[in-house]
Amino acid sequence: MFEEIGTTEEGDLIINVGPQHPATHGVLHLVLTLNGEIIKKVEPHLGYIHRSIEKMCESLSYRQFIYVTSRMDYLSAHINNHACALIVEKGLNVEVPQRAQYIRVIMDELTRIASHELWWSAMSMDLGAFTPYFLAFREREKINEIMEETCGARLTMNYMVPGGVMTELHPDFQEKVKSFIVDFKKTLHEYDELITGNVIFQNRMKGVGYISKEDVITYGCTGPVARASGLRSDIRKIAPYDVYDKVEFDEIIETGGDCFARYQVRIKEMSQSIRIIEQLIDNIPEGDFQAKTKAVLKLPKGEFYQRVETARGELGVYIVSEGAAQPYKIKFRSPGFSNLSALDHMVRGHKIGDFIAAMGTLDLVIPDIDR
Amino acid sequence: MTKEELKIKITEIHPEAIIDESGEWLNVSVEAAAFRSFAEQVRMDELDLDYVFCLTCVDWKTHLTMVYHLSSTTHRHNIVIKVKLDRNKPEIETICDIWRTAELHEREVFEMYGVVFLHHPDLRLLILPDDFVGYPMRKDFEDPINMIKL
Repeated sequence: MFEEIGTTEEGDLIINVGPQHPATHGVLHLVLTLNGEIIKKVEPHLGYIHRSIEKMCESLSYRQFIYVTSRMDYLSAHINNHACALIVEKGLNVEVPQRAQYIRVIMDELTRIASHELWWSAMSMDLGAFTPYFLAFREREKINEIMEETCGARLTMNYMVPGGVMTELHPDFQEKVKSFIVDFKKTLHEYDELITGNVIFQNRMKGVGYISKEDVITYGCTGPVARASGLRSDIRKIAPYDVYDKVEFDEIIETGGDCFARYQVRIKEMSQSIRIIEQLIDNIPEGDFQAKTKAVLKLPKGEFYQRVETARGELGVYIVSEGAAQPYKIKFRSPGFSNLSALDHMVRGHKIGDFIAAMGTLDLVIPDIDR
Repeated sequence: MTKEELKIKITEIHPEAIIDESGEWLNVSVEAAAFRSFAEQVRMDELDLDYVFCLTCVDWKTHLTMVYHLSSTTHRHNIVIKVKLDRNKPEIETICDIWRTAELHEREVFEMYGVVFLHHPDLRLLILPDDFVGYPMRKDFEDPINMIKL
């Protein structure tokens, strides 16, 4: 693939971005065709971190395969686990205790905040602002500590299991989450003051990487990318799972379709996540944290599909079961894979610096794309 | 549209389609030859299925089945289209000019299952290295060096 570097017959320059490049946030390899500074084509070459998770899952039991999914979109580990737990529960008709449902949604939203914070810091750094990195990581650290106390892990939590959650919450959980909310509300508008209103930042974001609503649909973009172009796509609203139908929150819709709209969607989503957590944290019902399930889980013969909203968009899990203890076939429809396919459309005709801004606002996580 | 209305509409478009209502969504099986025109029609009109949210293939050892999950962003109804393919010579028309998201998904299915998408603009290996031989996601694929199965 590296021999592709050079010039085409028309005199266009072909360059490689990645697989080791700070702006790709992982091992993503993009081949760019440039005419001077103008991008003519972006071509992704994937597979540098492909672990064949789907094939691996075919030989793992319905309890085991959840652990692998934390390694897909590692910033939404809880939400990936949630999807897998939900699909197994759907297949087995397991009634999940209310307590577990509340805990799961709180964990999901904490994950979403942590993920958006990392996106905010990394994207700002791509555009040359260094301070946000430290600011957001300071807040993210608090979430990681909360997770660590309850789940025992900071990144690959594996906390949600079929039937509920793995263990009881840490005694300090509620108190720490509440103090985090108080702190976070103060810092959230610091984010705005630091970056959002900045003239240089706005000039680099506004009107850059535009994608229309129609294109968002045809490219299969989901999550903040779709919502920034005015498409209602939040699975938490379309097909609510667990207690999402009991909480009040707004689906953030922007119509700009450019990098700045995508930026604003994510920033506003963080305060909606806080809103959800506030409604749940004091009302976690007493009771079991896990439903009783059999030692060996066997999904009935048939096909199952579960969609959840991760920090990046719609994650779909498709399982074909033959009635055995392992899935016959599994497919993870990852949000990053589809969002990446729109990158070429977004940046054609733009300058190479704008390409970095567009890629930053797509919030790509490479293990999620490669799986 | 409800399942019943969808069923009536789909039978109108393609009377030979085999419809299975047992799942969460309507499963529509069409033959490979009729697939392309069927796909064009469900994209249009009242069904307005404008969004492919999952595209994959299942290896049944005797044959392959292409599975397309389609959704409408305006009406919020979903259907699943299934197309049975010959395992020795799997060929199907591409849909990536109707739904652009299919372009990368079809490339993934092409390298993992060996399904050839006719008239695809750029059918090359996407994830696997250029010199890779075999179709890793097929059930009979064995790699003794890089073990995937446990």
